[in-house]
Amino acid sequence: MIIVGIDCGAKNTKTVVLRDNKIIGKGMILTGFDQTSAIRESLHAALKDAGIDVKDVDKISGTGAGMEEIRDADVRVNEVKAMAKAANFFVPSARTVTDVGAEMGRAVKIDENGKVIDFAINEKCAAGAGAFIEAMARALEAKLEEMGPMVLKSDKSIPMNAQCAIFAESEVVGLIHAKTAKADISKAIHDAMASRIVSMIRRIGVNKDIVMIGGVGLNPGFVDSLKRELEIDKVYIPPDPAFGAAVGAALVLAEET
Amino acid sequence: MIANYGYRDGSGDYFITIDTDKCDGCGRCVQACPGDIFQVVDEDPNDPFREEPLVIIVSDKRKKLKYECGPCKPPTNRPPLPCVKACPQDVISHSW
Amino acid sequence: MAGENTQEYWRWTESHWKNPDIRWEDAKIVTVGIDVGSVSSQAVVMTDGHLYAYSNMRTGSDSPESARNALNFGLEETNMPESRIDYCIGTGYGRVNVPMADRSITEIACHARGAHFIYGPEVRTVLDVGGQDCKAIRCDEKGKVVNFLMNDKCAAGTGRGMEVFADLLSVPIIDVGERSFQVKEEPESVSSTCVVYAKTEATGLLRKGWQVNEVLAAYCSAMAHRIFTLIERIGIEKEFAITGGLAKNRGVIERLMKEIGLEPMRTDWDTQIAGAVGAALFGYALVQKGKGRKK
Repeated sequence: MIIVGIDCGAKNTKTVVLRDNKIIGKGMILTGFDQTSAIRESLHAALKDAGIDVKDVDKISGTGAGMEEIRDADVRVNEVKAMAKAANFFVPSARTVTDVGAEMGRAVKIDENGKVIDFAINEKCAAGAGAFIEAMARALEAKLEEMGPMVLKSDKSIPMNAQCAIFAESEVVGLIHAKTAKADISKAIHDAMASRIVSMIRRIGVNKDIVMIGGVGLNPGFVDSLKRELEIDKVYIPPDPAFGAAVGAALVLAEET
Repeated sequence: MIANYGYRDGSGDYFITIDTDKCDGCGRCVQACPGDIFQVVDEDPNDPFREEPLVIIVSDKRKKLKYECGPCKPPTNRPPLPCVKACPQDVISHSW
Repeated sequence: MAGENTQEYWRWTESHWKNPDIRWEDAKIVTVGIDVGSVSSQAVVMTDGHLYAYSNMRTGSDSPESARNALNFGLEETNMPESRIDYCIGTGYGRVNVPMADRSITEIACHARGAHFIYGPEVRTVLDVGGQDCKAIRCDEKGKVVNFLMNDKCAAGTGRGMEVFADLLSVPIIDVGERSFQVKEEPESVSSTCVVYAKTEATGLLRKGWQVNEVLAAYCSAMAHRIFTLIERIGIEKEFAITGGLAKNRGVIERLMKEIGLEPMRTDWDTQIAGAVGAALFGYALVQKGKGRKK
């Protein structure tokens, strides 16, 4: 059976094609201001990657901030349920899963079957979401993908006072003027961000194993800061973490079918 | 005086309210709080003519209350807050 | 479209004033209040509790220097030597960095006291929206604080939030208020509170074909509503006064007052000196109580 999972997120729309619970194709497109076309294009990209035709698809499952726009979806799965299922699929020993999206941060406590026990969400404030790191990258005049690797070059701990992304931008500019090394600033940014995500995780309890999904999982600097703040050695990152919620949505539908 | 320490951001309101008229600065909340957010001072910083001890929120914690108080506020089955429970005068309340 | 002179958007008028009817030589007690804010700093000189001189200038990158400049500017035309000052109090966000201050007092206490002096004893609610914070204070007939909140964590609902927005739309900050009323009908408010997300939302609205003035109106009304719901926490009581930089933005203020259903109090004074006035008054009260500087 072929099931498609589409995650229409605030920044990217991700689609995965699953054949009998194995990933055979993926597609990712910037959501931009037209969710409908991003959904269509990411679906096309994923089908092409899988080498199949839209007629071969049995069912479609949708999730993400823009899930209502996925008109062909047979079901819509809420993000918390989708990420819990995905974490359990990739790491069966997972008990805590965190997802740092562009405009959202989540922490979910799950059981051995990937069922949601409890969860905490940060939304509508950029301080606790991927948008924070993006805004800081602009202030630092660095590429987003350079931000994480820079962290690993720094061994300094500079505290950041501002919580708000807007005020933090001014603080970063101040640090640049004070001739602080970019790597040290980047570490301060990631540490601040990670400490907010960790406080959210602490609300539901830190239970091993811990899995991180979402695109920020590809940022080695953030993962490093997260481990330090959590005081643990390992955070599991599935392959292609950005597609986590899309995979989870497809798996939830597969289970119900 | 009703002192509201904390903030509002896009995600919600995070204020701790201290009724300074009821507070005698006993410091039990300071002992009870696992996040070290309370502090007893000798006079009210917002009323220079009141020269009796009272509790305030540590200044560099005021912008982080949502996070600092997180561990005492699990999303479900929330127990009574240690600071509120410790206070014999009913001085402290949380907005969230 | 890009702003050719972004620096100009927040140009602050610097001013100073001296009361022509007062001779400092006749004063028993001279007190000074210095308010170092994130955007502007003020120094107020009082003789026996009367307003004698003040200055209002931009805050530089260094708080002690800004305090020094404000005081020098305030004293410029008075010929009064600094040694004549009996007591000096620092307030505002940089209050612990005022080197000539004998002590510091929070901006909450000083603002209430200063508003009471500037607007008179009828004032009960004071809203101050500055560059990096938003304060709401309720006070009694003596100018003592009875309820307050201060939000300096989040840029939404502060001058900085408006500045970022004006910058995004390349509209000089001083034109925001006026232009937000140049719309055929009042648009729906911007729904995002967070400034970062509101910027994204505004970009989307422009793409949809909204006019810049409509986007400004949508943001001004969002900001007004946000401030309104924030100050509801302390309760709004007549008379209502607004101080701080945002008082100059009618786009937000008129929409806010419509929600509150009150007229703001009026004054001829520069309301930005409220904090420094309060500080100087506290200095006067402390000296009178014998708690002044040990000589």
